[in-house]
Amino acid sequence: MQAAHRANDATPWLREVPDAFPMSPDATAPLEIDTDLASTWLTAFLRDEVGRRRGFDRVVVGLSGGVDSSLTAALAVAALGSEAVQGFLLPYRTSSDASREHALLCADRFGIATREIEITDAVDGYLEQFEPEAGGHRRGNVAARQRMIILFDQAFKLGALPLGTGNKSERLLGYYTWHADDSPPINPLGDLFKTQVWALARAVGVPEAIVGKPATADLIHGQTDEGDLGISYPEADLVLHHLLRGVTPSRLANAGFDAAKVEIVVGRLERTHWKRHLPTVAMLSATAIGEWYLRPVDY
Amino acid sequence: MTPPEPRRTFFGMTAHVTIAQFRPTKGNIEQTLDDMIQALVSASAADPGADLVVFPETALTGYFLEGGVREVARPAAEVFAEVTARYGAASSETVDVAFGFYELDAGHVYNAAMYARLGPDPELIHVQRKVFLPTYGVFQEERFVESGAGIRAFDGGHGRTAMLICEDAFHSISGTLAALDGATTILVLSASPARGAAPGAGVPGNLARWDLLGSGLASEHGIHVVVSQLVGFEGGKGFAGGSAAYSPRGERLVAGPLWDEALLTVQLEPREIADARTEEPLFADLERSWTRLLVNSPGAGVGRPAPDDRGDAP
Repeated sequence: MQAAHRANDATPWLREVPDAFPMSPDATAPLEIDTDLASTWLTAFLRDEVGRRRGFDRVVVGLSGGVDSSLTAALAVAALGSEAVQGFLLPYRTSSDASREHALLCADRFGIATREIEITDAVDGYLEQFEPEAGGHRRGNVAARQRMIILFDQAFKLGALPLGTGNKSERLLGYYTWHADDSPPINPLGDLFKTQVWALARAVGVPEAIVGKPATADLIHGQTDEGDLGISYPEADLVLHHLLRGVTPSRLANAGFDAAKVEIVVGRLERTHWKRHLPTVAMLSATAIGEWYLRPVDY
Repeated sequence: MTPPEPRRTFFGMTAHVTIAQFRPTKGNIEQTLDDMIQALVSASAADPGADLVVFPETALTGYFLEGGVREVARPAAEVFAEVTARYGAASSETVDVAFGFYELDAGHVYNAAMYARLGPDPELIHVQRKVFLPTYGVFQEERFVESGAGIRAFDGGHGRTAMLICEDAFHSISGTLAALDGATTILVLSASPARGAAPGAGVPGNLARWDLLGSGLASEHGIHVVVSQLVGFEGGKGFAGGSAAYSPRGERLVAGPLWDEALLTVQLEPREIADARTEEPLFADLERSWTRLLVNSPGAGVGRPAPDDRGDAP
C-alpha cells in the first residue's frame, strides 16, 4: 500500500493515508474486490434479471472447463439453485481432455446436471467440406458460433435463458468471437477483470485446478490467452483499469509501466470498439432506433 | 361506522417514520401502485403508530426509462387521486407518504417527489422537482426530464419538512436552502445505482458515500435526515438499497439491508434537534450570516459569468 502522507513528529495525528489512485505496475490495489460483496451483488443480479425481469426460472451455461464459465455456473447455482442450472459440454475434436475433466469437476462441485453435445460434425460439416484450408482463427470463430447455436436452441427447448460468461478483460481486448461468446442476453461477469474473476472464483469455491490453470480458448494444443495476447492478465488488467479512468499511455510509461505492453493493450482496445456494439445501422429518419427512439432493455 | 377522526399535524411529538426500501415493477404503474399500497398497509401493521412512509426516487415507475418517461409521466393531481383512491379502498388509517414519480406538467416532464396525506381527509401537501439532474457516467437525466426551479420546505405531519431527490443531496446548498426554509426533517428520495466493490466498507462504494452525505447533512444543520433507496436491477445496473436515517447529531439510526426490499421503522425525536443545535449551533451561525454572506461573496452573485466565460481566470 502506498502512502501519500506519512505521520511524523510534527503531525502525530496524521496516520498514513493511502493514495486513492496509486499508479505503478506493482500497485494492484485498484483491482482488489470485496468478494463477499461481489458474490451477493451478482447473485442478486441473476435472481432479479432471470426471474423477476424476464420470468425464467432456469438457465443454461456452456461449461468449457475454464474459470469464467465455472464462476458463472457457481453464481447461477447460488442465485437460482442447482436444479435450475443446466450445464452443456460442447467439445470439438481438438478440445483437450483436461477441459472436459474440469467442466465435469465444476459440475460435480456445484451439483449441476450436464449434457455433452460434440460439435465436431457440425463444424466440420462446413469447414472440411467447403473450407478445408481455414486456419485456426476462422475455425475458432466457427466453433464458438456453433456452440451458441446449440446453447440457444437448448435454452429454447428447456424454457431457460443462456448465460454469457465473458469477462471485462476479454471484452476490452476484443479477445472473443463477435456474436458468439457475447451473445447470451445476461452476463454476470462482464464488468469484472480476469484477475477479479480469479479472486471471486476462489472465494466461491471453484476448484483450484480450474482457477489456477492458464486461461485458454482451447482451440490449439498448448495455446493460452496470455500467449496470444503477449501480456499477462494481471498486467493487462492494471493497464486497462488506468486507461478507462483517463490515464494516458505516456503517463503510464512514466509511472514505470512497460511501454510496449501498454501499447499492446491500447492497440487492442482501440481496434475493437466496434466489437462492443450492436451492428451499425444507417440512419435515415428522425426516429432511428437507439438514436432517437430510446427505450431501455427492461422497459 | 364512524370514520376515525382526521388527524392533523403533531408538531413536537415523536415521528414514527417507515422507510419503504422498494422495488417497482419497471414501467408498470398499475402493478407498482398495488405494491405501494400493500407496503403502506404493511407499514401500518408493522408499526401501528406509523405517521409517515417514505418511498424512494421514481418509486412509481423505476428509474432508467430513457425516452419512456413520456409514456409514464403523470400530472401530480392525477397520481394523487389514484393513490388516494387505492389507499382508501385498503385502509382507513391516516398516514403521510412521500414517493418519487415522473411528473407531467403543462408539457414538461420532471423527476419529482410527492408528499401527501392519505386517509379520510386526504391532502396533496407538496411536490418537489429534482433540481440537479445527473448527466454523466450512467446517468442521462437532462436528456429526458427538466430541472426543478427551487427547493422549498413545507409543513409535514411532524414539522417543517423538505424533500431532496438524489443528486440534490450531493450539493450542500440544497440542504442549506431547505434548512433555512425551516426544515427540521429532510427526506432524501434516491435511486443510486451501485458502483464500486473495493474491500473495506462491505457495501458498494456509492453507499459508503451516501452514509457520509446523510450524516453530514444531518449534523451540519441539526436536523433529521431520512434516506430512502430504490432496490432492484435495471438493465444490469443494481440499486442496492441500504436506506438509512440520521439523528441531528449525524448518528445513523437505522440501516436497510442490501439488495432486498424492506420496511425500516425509525422514531425521530424532535427534542434531539434542540439538543444538537444547542451543543453545536452551526445552524444559528448560518441563519445569522447567510444574507451578509450572499451580499459579500462574489461567487453567490446573480449574473456571475458562466465558468467558461471568465476572462480573468488564472
